[in-house]
Amino acid sequence: MVTQARRPTVPRETLSGIPLKVVYRPEDVAELDYGRDLGDPGAYPFTRGIHPDMYRGRLWTMRQFAGFGTAEDANRRFHYLLQMGQTGLSVAFDMPTLMGYDSDHPRALGEVGREGVAIDSLADMEILLDDIPLDQVTTSMTINAPANVLLAMYVAVADRRGIPRERIGGTTQTDMLKEFIAQKEWIVPPRASMKLIQDMLVFGARELPRWNIISISGYHMREAGATAVQELAFTLADGIAYVQAGIDAGLEVDEFAPRLSFFFDCHVDFFEEIAKFRAARRMWARIMRERFGARNPRSWWLRFHTQTAGVSLTAQQPLNNVARVALQALAAVLGGTQSLHTNSMDETYALPTEEAVTVALRTQQIIAYESGVAAVADPLGGAYFVEALTAEVERQAWEYIRRIDDLGGMVAAVEAGFPQREIAEAAYRYQQQLERQEKVIVGVNAFAQAEERPIEILRIPPDVERRQVERTRRVRAQRDQVRTLAALARLREVAQAGGNTMYAIVDAVKAEATLGEICDVLRHVYGEYREMAVI
Amino acid sequence: MGNGKIRILIAKPGLDGHDRGVKVVARALRDAGFEVIYTGLHQTPEMIVNSAIQEDVDAIGLSILSGAHNTLFPRILELLRQRGAEDIVVFAGGIIPEEDVAPLKQAGIAEIFTPGTSLQAIVDWVRQHVSPRGVKA
Repeated sequence: MVTQARRPTVPRETLSGIPLKVVYRPEDVAELDYGRDLGDPGAYPFTRGIHPDMYRGRLWTMRQFAGFGTAEDANRRFHYLLQMGQTGLSVAFDMPTLMGYDSDHPRALGEVGREGVAIDSLADMEILLDDIPLDQVTTSMTINAPANVLLAMYVAVADRRGIPRERIGGTTQTDMLKEFIAQKEWIVPPRASMKLIQDMLVFGARELPRWNIISISGYHMREAGATAVQELAFTLADGIAYVQAGIDAGLEVDEFAPRLSFFFDCHVDFFEEIAKFRAARRMWARIMRERFGARNPRSWWLRFHTQTAGVSLTAQQPLNNVARVALQALAAVLGGTQSLHTNSMDETYALPTEEAVTVALRTQQIIAYESGVAAVADPLGGAYFVEALTAEVERQAWEYIRRIDDLGGMVAAVEAGFPQREIAEAAYRYQQQLERQEKVIVGVNAFAQAEERPIEILRIPPDVERRQVERTRRVRAQRDQVRTLAALARLREVAQAGGNTMYAIVDAVKAEATLGEICDVLRHVYGEYREMAVI
Repeated sequence: MGNGKIRILIAKPGLDGHDRGVKVVARALRDAGFEVIYTGLHQTPEMIVNSAIQEDVDAIGLSILSGAHNTLFPRILELLRQRGAEDIVVFAGGIIPEEDVAPLKQAGIAEIFTPGTSLQAIVDWVRQHVSPRGVKA
């Protein structure tokens, strides 16, 4: 990248292109009605937060996403993070696991344990959760297409240890709509995916009162190039589709809606992100109460996890990323997040080193315990600018939701490629703005330095793939084949008959069927998804 | 390809679905006047080399963010050699640690673009380093 000689100008619009005035005054919020549009923290429509006492009552959960190598490697990192004061676990899986392939599948070559941990069978899950008190620590699993299988494994481990199902808590991401839109790790087509999610929602409502079956995620769409408004609108539109799916599966809205949670990105435009979080709570409360008629106030709550923006990190001058992450984490806290992952400075190169991930966790602890911002709920509430921006972000997001409703809802919109195209357009527009220096990334298109000092990065041990493949083959060789095959056959029957697949998947997992074998049954019954590639 | 227009296959090997970068680069190359064919996601080395030969491209641009580059890139180069298509220029981009760059270049990847590279830099590089392979016998 060419070093720019001229100094860039201060932005006059948000990162997403909303124009900004130089000063905001009472007339900018003239239409704002405190009781109707804000309410106290803990009161409808929850613009100011879902709890009256916010972080005094309960601090956000510091949850660093981790996982690499084999289950042993990842288990070691979990114990390290718990020792360092982390309060919840968050599991990253490798690409073959995300796509429902076992580690010895030809397509897994070179990918095993690289971007997360490889989990093929119940044996791996037992090791991953070794010595983790499942009734005390909540676990978030970033898994989507095979979320049913990984949840079944988690339940099976709890069952084996004699921990009652109602005492295990955590989250599976299970948000397939955003996979088709942005992250693009899939197995079966959209409508079949929705059916499998319905099975999980019913299973969750009956068996796992503390489990968040779906984490409705804007993060990946934002990382793929969505604007703040698109992230907000598409996430809530996905949420509408899941609530409808639960209702269509025969559940009462209040039976499952309180267990829906959200996951947003926190990008680098400080006030735009805070406005996005505040608007999200207000919009979801209205959607749940007015559109779906939910009566339980917990169904109205938009509870969310935040991750700072991976895409905002730079390979150049990587120490600068510590400052970016601190700003983003602060915005997430001021926006009222329930849990937070702070990215590490070295993540444009590889998974983070222990040192880098510790700095990222310490950043959260500094915000929580030193900065003072956790003492007061929604400290920016009532600020002319923040309220005006919240209203504008909300207005633009409703427009998108109306367009998606007109297309027949999010499943149909995804099949038509609508959100995919909108995001690709936004990504290209942003890249062009960078090229013209209309948007600035310090150290990249402004204030660049020729000489860079290389930083230390995490290397995945070269024998991970071999060790993992060996264990999976050993599991297949040593199990009771008759029992395994019967469980897989039963799953196929249930799937073909349109029954609830989740119970059959738990049985298959307990019979030591592998992830790949279970997903093969689903591929066989429902077909495999293929995307129409467009540029 | 009588008109001498450069044809580029933009490909996404491996299982990672991070296609923001690949799509932006594909579009920038197309806007710069190249003929661009995009494979779509989750391609095996065999699929990529088959497409490159079928489409008679002059260059292949590979994008990978999963960390599998040290396995998949050499495999693609090897398959190109086996098919007698080693004159196709192969360049790449993505999350590729600095210390992997030199060995991959030695293996035959012509250039590697890491995060923060401008679109113009990629377009300029292609203009300078890729020429039409010409009509084959």
